[in-house]
Amino acid sequence: MDLIESVFIRNNLIVAFAVIGAAIWVSYFLADKLTRGRIHGSGIAIALGLVAAYFGGVATGGNTGVADVALLGGIGLMGGGMMRDFAIVATAFGVHLSELKKAGMAGVISIFAGVIVSFVVGAMIAVMFGYTDPTAITTIGAGAVTYIVGPVTGEAIGASDTIITLSVAAGLVKSILVMIGTPLVARHIGLDNPQSAMVFGGLMGTTSGVAAGLAATDPKLVPYGAMTATFYTGVGCLLGPSILFFIVSSIF
Amino acid sequence: MIVFGVALLSACLILGMLIGEALGVALNVEANVGGVGIAMLFLVLASNSEKFKTLTQGVAGNGIQFWSAMYIPIVVAMAARQNVAAAVDGGLLALLAGVAAVLVSFALVPVLSKIGSASKATESDSEEQGTA
Repeated sequence: MDLIESVFIRNNLIVAFAVIGAAIWVSYFLADKLTRGRIHGSGIAIALGLVAAYFGGVATGGNTGVADVALLGGIGLMGGGMMRDFAIVATAFGVHLSELKKAGMAGVISIFAGVIVSFVVGAMIAVMFGYTDPTAITTIGAGAVTYIVGPVTGEAIGASDTIITLSVAAGLVKSILVMIGTPLVARHIGLDNPQSAMVFGGLMGTTSGVAAGLAATDPKLVPYGAMTATFYTGVGCLLGPSILFFIVSSIF
Repeated sequence: MIVFGVALLSACLILGMLIGEALGVALNVEANVGGVGIAMLFLVLASNSEKFKTLTQGVAGNGIQFWSAMYIPIVVAMAARQNVAAAVDGGLLALLAGVAAVLVSFALVPVLSKIGSASKATESDSEEQGTA
């Protein structure tokens, strides 16, 4: 037992490649046999990953899902920010400059619209739940932008730990829902070309959500959505503790 | 050489991240502002340029394509390391705030995509803005 454990832990990234590969094989098999290809294999794989992350988190009490299980620690490295960003940039290989220029302006508008709309919706829900303190309302609204903007805003304007945790949870719900929901709504919102993918990335903004959602919809759209999404968190961190906080303070 | 493509990809990411980090400092924001997006732009420029041909074509290009193909497995690993338990523990407020933000944003995708194509159509005639 010790022998297996030490081999697995010493080679954790390699174990992750094997485990993820097997999970994807099973997912594509299920997609083919059970849904006859109606649901994309990668969509099933991502959903499986999220379910595993839930049980990993419950079992270990850690906050990186299945990566907190000692034998599967390599999944933390493989799915971490460094590898994710490296692979996202690689998807831009072969993209034509003209496609980017076409949607440039709509992309920029969508980033600002996305941050403001998500913030307003989150803040309104906070008010509906009886919050009257502008700091709490702003922090929860910022959490609905992304789970990074929430705590960054909350810490900047002095929100309590409970409120900051709540804002992170709101951002996580958003990111997970984008991962699962995108392939389901894609056809209804016209998400089938580079231009709408750029608008989509700017509106949703959660890099992990957009990355996984588009992968399960049409991998060709990934670079366009990811390109705008990566600006979103920065814009959110810029507006949250400043203009948006001032506006909320002037109302409450 | 395969490593030439990998090195170009790495250089693009590091350069983009540095610029994104510097933008964050300049704007007084505790975040990397668009580092990955800027890195993607560099890679698009390099792969469309004659000067970088030796780093992007043939075997060198395979080095970039490999990482592009590893994207979905990496995203699956990313899903498996999300803090799903915390999202579930967040309660009704967190759930509603997250769900409502996503639904409204989904609904705006077709609206803003239209603005994009409308302004593109008028661009050729004059400098006019869209109908709004």
